[in-house]
Amino acid sequence: MSQPPGAAVSLAEAPPAAQPSKPLAAQRVQPLRRPGRWIATAVVLVVVAQIAHGLATNPFYQWDRFRYWFLRPTVLDGLLVTLEVAALSALLGLVGGVLLALARQSGSPVLRAVSWTYTWLFRSVPLIVVLIFLYNFSALYKTLSLGIPFGPAFVTFDESKLATDMTVAVIGLGLNEAAYAAEVVRGGLLSVDQGQHEAAAALGLPKGYQFTRIVLPQALRSITPNYVNQLIGLVKSTSLVFYVSLLDLFGSVQTMGSTYPGDIVPLLLVATVWYLILTSAVSVVQFYVERYFARGATRTLPPTPLQKARAALAAFRTRLRGEAVV
Amino acid sequence: MTATATATAAQETAPAALEVHDVHKWYGTHRVLDGIDLTVRPGEVTVVIGPSGSGKSTLLRVINHLEKPEIGHVSVGGELIGVRRVGDRLKELGERAILAQRGRIGFVFQNFNLFPHLTVLDNVAAAPVATGRLGKAEARALARELLTRVGLGERTGAYPRQLSGGQQQRVAIARALALRPGIILFDEPTSALDPELVGEVLSVIKDLATSGTTLVIVTHEIGFAREVADRIVFIDGGRIVEQGTPTQVLDHPEHPRTRDFLAKVL
Repeated sequence: MSQPPGAAVSLAEAPPAAQPSKPLAAQRVQPLRRPGRWIATAVVLVVVAQIAHGLATNPFYQWDRFRYWFLRPTVLDGLLVTLEVAALSALLGLVGGVLLALARQSGSPVLRAVSWTYTWLFRSVPLIVVLIFLYNFSALYKTLSLGIPFGPAFVTFDESKLATDMTVAVIGLGLNEAAYAAEVVRGGLLSVDQGQHEAAAALGLPKGYQFTRIVLPQALRSITPNYVNQLIGLVKSTSLVFYVSLLDLFGSVQTMGSTYPGDIVPLLLVATVWYLILTSAVSVVQFYVERYFARGATRTLPPTPLQKARAALAAFRTRLRGEAVV
Repeated sequence: MTATATATAAQETAPAALEVHDVHKWYGTHRVLDGIDLTVRPGEVTVVIGPSGSGKSTLLRVINHLEKPEIGHVSVGGELIGVRRVGDRLKELGERAILAQRGRIGFVFQNFNLFPHLTVLDNVAAAPVATGRLGKAEARALARELLTRVGLGERTGAYPRQLSGGQQQRVAIARALALRPGIILFDEPTSALDPELVGEVLSVIKDLATSGTTLVIVTHEIGFAREVADRIVFIDGGRIVEQGTPTQVLDHPEHPRTRDFLAKVL
């Protein structure tokens, strides 16, 4: 009797009002309405629309000038330099990183210490400092020679000829990259179960085979996402080579910008879009590389975007058919 | 009479399948193995039992040199493992030589340790190819044959994680067999399995035992030990407490420690 009369009435009247046409168990549960989510979605949509509208209509962006510059040979030449520097230094960085990671796990305390010191040094010094240091390197060492350490030299190079701007850029970025890659690779190697090493050893597999066929493929599964992260950072770091007088994408845009000051904004947009394209390309490659190394690690492979689209379409069709039946 | 005499003589002169001689192993101050002597004849099935931490697994790992003994040495088929004799001293072998020796000693792990990124077929075929014993096609044919033998001829294309624990362990046994080892060591092969999967693995091991392969098995399955073992070795505290036929050790244990242990597990 403590209940208000209204509640009692509604309880009593509710069942006849519902009048289920089907038994309760056969009915589909109505999803909960989420008005907060709808409001947030609407607000975000308006903001996005405003930004898109601004990008399209603000004359400040000068999209016609953007179209003019986007495929200009000087920009494309810069893009080529960016790609070349990125690819070479990524390769140098990965090889160096694997060697450093192996040295770090070596039984020799000297190798371990050298690897640790290298990583410590190059992670501490800003890349721009490394680059400019290398740029002036020929002043420190006039010649480089191959021969017996502290003994006679067999081949001698003139450093000022060897150290082109490209070489300096690639070596600078590569040295820096190796320090980070070493940690990424080491993390990946540590993620491989000790039992795998033992099983490989117990089968008497040769040492090189153990590393390249058993441990590394498993380590690459966790190395890939981290290394791609590094790689994207590296692609963007290539813009620093402008300071060692190499005209990469950013460099050529910057030079054109000072020649045509009125076009600086569309030129920056050109660089932005190209960097976006490069990063997207790397991400697509990453997806398929990760999928490749996931063999055996998961029971089923993650679907490719194409497979996902097909599955979504199929689901949509069955839903349409289902609704038609109801 | 002469026939039996020569047979016994031949058995005595043939090198033991496995000889463990006064092996000591310690980690820091913790003595894991404290003077183990063990001889296994060719074709003999030896089951090692004992409480957790008694050194059973370490003994197996010393036999194929995954662990180095501090004192003592091991020989398999008359060949010293991990060391070579120079005059009256033992010198450590190079990595390559040790790896070659391990190929003659099969090892089956508690946690299977199959290579997850390789198919079942490649798991079995990898070692014969990598060690240069067989060509790729021959190794694959052998792998198919061995997988059929352990009842997995249909699953050659699967990856290990798509298999049940029992199936994985049977693949691991096929992988060990692929190198045609003179002796196979089993380190608690059924301890990581669900109870209903234990039987399928034990039956494969039993087949091996009856086919005359030399086996050393560390296990907690006392019933199984009684069934397959020619000899049971009871280890406690890094020492062999007693050894003998299953009837001797399991039914009429002499040592109180053996009796205690059996009272707990039976």
